[in-house]
Amino acid sequence: MKERAALDVSKLPLHGMGAASPAWWGTCGFMLIEGSAFALAIAIYFYLFSIAPNWPIDAPVPDLSPGSVLTLLLLASIVPNILVSRWAKARALAKVRIGLIVMSLLEAAPLAPRIFEFPAMHVSWDENAYGSIVWTLLGLHTAHVITDLIDTLVLTCLMFTRYGDNTRRYGDVEDNCLYWNFVIVAWLPLYVCIYWVPRL
Amino acid sequence: MTEDRKQSPLMDDRLDDAELERHLLQSWQTPGGIWKALATVDHKTIARRYIVTAFVFLILGGLLAVAMRIQLAQPEARILDPDRYNQIFTMHGSTMMFLFAVPVMEAMAIYLVPLMVGTRNIAFPRLNAFSYWIILAGGLLLWISFALDAAPDVGWFAYVPLSGPEYGSGKRADIWAQMITFTELSALAVAVEIVVTVFKQRAPGMSLDRIPLLVWSMLVMAFIVIMAMPAIMFASSTLILDRLVETQFYNPAAGGDALLWQHVFWFFGHPEVYIIFLPAAGMVSTIVATFSRRAIFGYLPLVMAFIATGILAFGLWVHHMFVVGLPRLGESFFTASSMAIAVPAGIQVFCWLATLWLGRPVFATPLLFVIGFIVTFVIGGLTGVMVASVPFDTQVHDTYFVVAHFHYVLVGGAVFPLLGAIYYWFPKMTGRMMSERLGRWAFGLIFLGFNLTFFPMHILGLLGMPRRVYTYQPDLPWGGLNLFISLSALLLVSGFLVFFIDVLRAWRSGLPAGPNPWKAATLEWATSSPPPAYNFRRIPVVDACDPLWMHPEELAVTAGLRVDRRELIVSSVVEALPEARESSPRDSIWPFWAAIATSIMLIGSIFTPWAVVWGAIPVAVTLIGWFWPKGTAEDAS
Amino acid sequence: MKSTSALPPLALLVSGCSGAQSVLNAEGHAAIELKALILGIIFVCAVVWLLVTIALVLALVRRRDRNDGAISERKAAAVVSGAVGATVLVITGLTIASFYTTRALSEAPGPELTIDVTAQQWWWRFTYGGSNSADAFATANELHIPVGKVVRLRLRSSDVIHSFWVPSLAGKQDLIPGRENTLTLRAERPGVYRGQCAEFCGLQHSHMALFVIAEAQADYERWAERQRGPVAEPTEAEAVAGKAAFMAKQCAACHTIRGTRASGTTGPDLTHIASRRTIAAGLLENTRGSLAAWIADPQTLKPGTHMPLVPLTSDELRQLAVYMEGLE
Repeated sequence: MKERAALDVSKLPLHGMGAASPAWWGTCGFMLIEGSAFALAIAIYFYLFSIAPNWPIDAPVPDLSPGSVLTLLLLASIVPNILVSRWAKARALAKVRIGLIVMSLLEAAPLAPRIFEFPAMHVSWDENAYGSIVWTLLGLHTAHVITDLIDTLVLTCLMFTRYGDNTRRYGDVEDNCLYWNFVIVAWLPLYVCIYWVPRL
Repeated sequence: MTEDRKQSPLMDDRLDDAELERHLLQSWQTPGGIWKALATVDHKTIARRYIVTAFVFLILGGLLAVAMRIQLAQPEARILDPDRYNQIFTMHGSTMMFLFAVPVMEAMAIYLVPLMVGTRNIAFPRLNAFSYWIILAGGLLLWISFALDAAPDVGWFAYVPLSGPEYGSGKRADIWAQMITFTELSALAVAVEIVVTVFKQRAPGMSLDRIPLLVWSMLVMAFIVIMAMPAIMFASSTLILDRLVETQFYNPAAGGDALLWQHVFWFFGHPEVYIIFLPAAGMVSTIVATFSRRAIFGYLPLVMAFIATGILAFGLWVHHMFVVGLPRLGESFFTASSMAIAVPAGIQVFCWLATLWLGRPVFATPLLFVIGFIVTFVIGGLTGVMVASVPFDTQVHDTYFVVAHFHYVLVGGAVFPLLGAIYYWFPKMTGRMMSERLGRWAFGLIFLGFNLTFFPMHILGLLGMPRRVYTYQPDLPWGGLNLFISLSALLLVSGFLVFFIDVLRAWRSGLPAGPNPWKAATLEWATSSPPPAYNFRRIPVVDACDPLWMHPEELAVTAGLRVDRRELIVSSVVEALPEARESSPRDSIWPFWAAIATSIMLIGSIFTPWAVVWGAIPVAVTLIGWFWPKGTAEDAS
Repeated sequence: MKSTSALPPLALLVSGCSGAQSVLNAEGHAAIELKALILGIIFVCAVVWLLVTIALVLALVRRRDRNDGAISERKAAAVVSGAVGATVLVITGLTIASFYTTRALSEAPGPELTIDVTAQQWWWRFTYGGSNSADAFATANELHIPVGKVVRLRLRSSDVIHSFWVPSLAGKQDLIPGRENTLTLRAERPGVYRGQCAEFCGLQHSHMALFVIAEAQADYERWAERQRGPVAEPTEAEAVAGKAAFMAKQCAACHTIRGTRASGTTGPDLTHIASRRTIAAGLLENTRGSLAAWIADPQTLKPGTHMPLVPLTSDELRQLAVYMEGLE
């Protein structure tokens, strides 16, 4: 078939940022998948709640302090997280480097109270269905925290190499910030379920 | 070398066609050699592997069906003992659903979507390579366990407590559950690739109302996968947790619930049907238009029907649970919603009929399969309406009536269009034509064999024969029909034999196809058959729904892409306005290693929960290797 | 052998086995309602299928004239809209019909008899008269009900999920561990109705049958009276030896024979086993030969059954079978 040049694309940028980047959409796709999983886990929590004669099953309500500390730590990380995202958008290499180091620390910090959250449930995962679901909710979220922490650490290293100062890397940093925001937002309903629903 | 190119990148508008093709091949083609083959990220190569693998699993699953038909041909036969029979029907269902039907539909999407939207590779091609190795590992896990007489024996639905720690012995149910994790991981990865390819990589000008219907159907399918598959991964993971570390999700004595499993399983399990059916509906829409020699009638209603089906798919799961004793109000709601899905199904059928009516049908083999599809799928849809009625369902649930129903939906509704689609796109995939004569034989035998095999099962169900029985007693009035069904199955098998013979024959020595043997309208026919590694010499520009019919002589294309690196066009979601000249990743062996590391972790976790911990380390290492920049031209920005 | 008195029920069994487990052979209140609904829906759907197929054939073979372009496109749009409208009407009609049937089925008057049904791998326990009352009794795989009376079944499972289904009488209902379901039956005519487990429940799902014997009130009362009554003490020497063997071997650990020290509950109650038509959940007719064969080698006859192989001499086996045969 004969070809007729109808559109010149040579002036287009070599990489799109934000919604112009397939990687951004991919991140959104995976957030949708994981969001579905969190929603489902919460639905199962309420299902078990609805069939149990009393809730929590054979356990006192969980202690508030470790979970609340973790929630505050997560919320506190929002501002620096958004700042890093902005610096990445502005391609400010030095700021992004420092910001990523700070974010690595801020993402590792919640793991400390998380360790104390499990005993604060006062129930083991194998005692009853209540124990199983709260441990699963905590475990599921911990897996997300660790995944994003590793991602951030790798990105931090990467930004100090010769590959760092590259639109693609800045895009990666933005996507990583987006994902950390998702990890924070996903925690809030879990926090309400785990700590406040049994107190109703 | 890279540095040189950065100085003066080689652009396609400065080259003549032959030079351009040479340079594009250099950038895009996977060189020879086994390691290179393992590293390829070409969507066409990976899709071909997927399709061949899926059809191998179809053959294996089909052989299991034959074994069951031999056992059931006479009452109280002792050819298979109950343990073996239970493994076989579990393997048949699991293989057909998880290793054949879903992967083959996704594979068709992996092959066709990038071509139909006019791009050079699927989005996230390395993830695509990873997804293939993962599903292959899942399939091998299941089938090796079968060879070792340790296959799951709890049905493809694995109801607790039968599959739970107390009654499911050995590692059988764990193998089933982990096979699920493999296949769903792969399906989810492909779904994200499809969504992003359709959203962001469409040829300039292919606005939402110009997307081919097959692509629409694949897009809706991908979204159903994204919303539904987390449920089954959650289900299989909690089942393994219950069995391995004694969580109590499904133990009623400790606050768990056996019905919870059914809710979660069917929340995935019902949409699963539409994950399989919607791509088939897309294939039918394509084939009907091409062989009616006119544009599809009712493009917009069809798109709306696809989307409506995708949404309603999530409101039906309880109709698999009409006899578990749920509150009546809930049952009534699910009766109404299950009935309602007949409306979008009806819209689709009527639009296809109208297209055929208005067009000038050419009775090529793909259209024959579509005609067979309409006849059988309507039966499956109508029996679906029947089982949507709670009182009706209480008499036929878990009987051979239901076996007949879902084979009409899945074989009539999805496999017939798939076979038509293979006849239709085989020339594109291989550059060679399949035989019209053998095609007619294959269609005739399969259509007749299928109906003679499965229609009598409706009657068996009404005569009281339950499903999943390894035998039945001689004084029950089912012997004659069962023998008839088993004999008819031979006809069906012979039809598939003709089909596979035709495939092998055509692959080796079929007539050359040329770029557009069917004179079809969509972009995949604008390039050579089989398409080159880079798909299109120049990326097309689209201004119509049926571009090759609108402009049969001339293809509008873009100019100004680099050819010294893998480059394609990223466009906006709604109007497909070009946004960037994005690079597409090069071949990489890391997805292969990542898949191996993931497989070791998942298989290890059948035996010890610690496998998740130590198994995660190699997974992380391989992922870092996968994403670490290699300083190629693709990294430039 | 009391062959004369054994003949009528056997004849009934033979006729009962063939054809009575069928949705289309409706003899219960619910099954009759359901059959009407099922045939009605099938008829409507058959008509729809026929219309679609005719439309398909016409679409494929109709004669095309050259200039039917734009006009027929508009016509087609009207016809397609009409067909979609008709689809909506048909499914609305079917939904309403379905709701009405459900309502008709749930309007049955209060139960006149309640029976506890417990399913386990792979047989059915039927307990009459509540579990604690003095005149309660249990039987296995054979449910006797009075004709014309509303009978409520309380359905429970003691292991995995099963499903109670006697198609000639009513639709099925699952038995789920940790939950209790109910199913209401009313047989309109006397007869023997076969049923079997409809939810996959493991190795012997295929051999988990039951029989519902619907009989006139007087016959039912007579049967219940005899079931409530004490066990028949063996008098023949062989039977006495059989009883001794039963008590000495593992049999007594799993089976109950009221009035003896056999009080196991994992297996079926055998107090009146000789009054039942079949053994091993409908697997075999209840004869001395099949009893002996079953006791001698249950794993061959029903692979996977929880009935263990108990080592017996051939004398013991014969004696046991004679003893069982006497437990009327």
